[in-house]
Amino acid sequence: MNLFEPFQFAFFRNGIIVAVLAGAICGLIGVYVVLRQMSYIGHGLSHSIFGGAAASAVLSVNFYLGAGVWGLLSALMIGRVARRGKIGSDAAIGVITTASFAVGLALSNMFGQAKRSIDAVLFGSILGVGGGDVIAVVGAGVLSAVVIYAWYRQLLFATFDPEVADVSGVNVARMEALLMLMLATTILFTMKVMGVLLISAMLVTPAATARMMTNSFSRMLTIAPIIGASCGFVGMLVSYHIDVSPGATIILMASTVFLVVFTVTGSRGRRNVGGLAHH
Amino acid sequence: MTDIDDRTTAGASDAIDQPLVEVDGVSHSYGGPVVLDHIHLSIDAGSFLGIIGPSGSGKTTLLRIILGNLTPSHGSVKRQPGRRVAYVPQVETVNWNFPITVSEVVLMSRAASKRRPWATATERRDVASVLEQLGLAGLGDRHIRELSGGQQQRVFLARALHRQPDLLVLDEPTSGVDVRTRHEVVHLLTDLHRDGMAVVLTTHDINGLATHLPRIACVNRELIAIGTPRDVLTPHVLERTYGAPMEVLEHGGLLLVTDTPLGSS
Repeated sequence: MNLFEPFQFAFFRNGIIVAVLAGAICGLIGVYVVLRQMSYIGHGLSHSIFGGAAASAVLSVNFYLGAGVWGLLSALMIGRVARRGKIGSDAAIGVITTASFAVGLALSNMFGQAKRSIDAVLFGSILGVGGGDVIAVVGAGVLSAVVIYAWYRQLLFATFDPEVADVSGVNVARMEALLMLMLATTILFTMKVMGVLLISAMLVTPAATARMMTNSFSRMLTIAPIIGASCGFVGMLVSYHIDVSPGATIILMASTVFLVVFTVTGSRGRRNVGGLAHH
Repeated sequence: MTDIDDRTTAGASDAIDQPLVEVDGVSHSYGGPVVLDHIHLSIDAGSFLGIIGPSGSGKTTLLRIILGNLTPSHGSVKRQPGRRVAYVPQVETVNWNFPITVSEVVLMSRAASKRRPWATATERRDVASVLEQLGLAGLGDRHIRELSGGQQQRVFLARALHRQPDLLVLDEPTSGVDVRTRHEVVHLLTDLHRDGMAVVLTTHDINGLATHLPRIACVNRELIAIGTPRDVLTPHVLERTYGAPMEVLEHGGLLLVTDTPLGSS
């Protein structure tokens, strides 16, 4: 078996570029997702965007346009329902995103011709990745890197201690909006390879692994994208050779790394990750 | 422990007559019962005020209104323009598992005005200086969880001081700390006040902290009394504030507040 055989195919070269960049971006944004305990929002948003992806496929509208607008509307609705105050934001996310997911499934069943592309959105695919997708994921990566570089200290302060950050002149609402924008963009532009059902794991696992390895925020922000990109690279190769969806193999790689680090770092690492939920 | 004089010192002599913060007829509710009712309060440059009251009396709400974190339902809050405010939250609210070092915490204080992710040489010198001032020299690279309780409290004081504030606001600065740390905190706040900094804090600790302050405000939904401990800490005011009979004793020139023994009222 020639390990590098798939590189002769243009679709694979595009796919692995997207997978590596997607892994790195998910790792980077995942640091904020994990530390702010936003993983449920990431999970919900990716499921919600599935409705838009399905509608785009049925209506033959551009995937990014349809899924992007749908995701934005879902996020606005989550905010509106949660502000009513009677139910929490977690319940609002649960109601709206699963409804959106159900719309996607219904469309998938009603219009059989869209089934193939919908399967790809659910589980990830390297077949449908073209030059435009590479440009899109590079754009998402550049956006995330620029935002994090330009607002590094303010994002850190707003993540660690939003109340004091507000008193100290940091526009916390703007930082939260920037994070949501980066999260939605990351999900939108990486879901083709990762798949809707598995992308939230990629937003959490590399960052949680990095947290076990370091006590420094800046080092965590370096380690998590490296883990994500490495899992993207190896996961894509494995996906090709054993003919399994890339989303599954990439996440399995990330989970294996997590398990190894979890075992090696012992109680110190477990305390770091276990304590993320405790303030 | 020494008492703290309420005076505007040389460091604050340039302060104009206008208060740093003026709370004017402020009421607030979070959609249910009224938490604060018609509060008038003025915080002058170089002043030192302690806000006391039982749990749920609206102390923290008042603090958040003073800070500008919360817009009151009624009334107005005027702040002197251009004055810097720094806030030290309760240590119980800190996420001790967050991956962050002592230096990274202190550097946050100037986050709003700094673009570059990394600290400049000047900033590193400033951080080292404030850490040394608070007895934390050499601990900059340590994770915040690795410090003792007193050191942890001082890290957040260091972050506030690094901002070089005109007004320092602290929420329960001696909550959950041992006696030695409480003494350290009180002495440090005394020194800062002597250097001209205005200080406002909330506390549950009447004997350990509030009786040593120059000015106390007793709050329970409304402002029940404000003045020196000798004026304010009376059985009548304390009973109105805490809803329970309390006695005030004097020992060695210091006031001592105790619960009234059961069956003695």
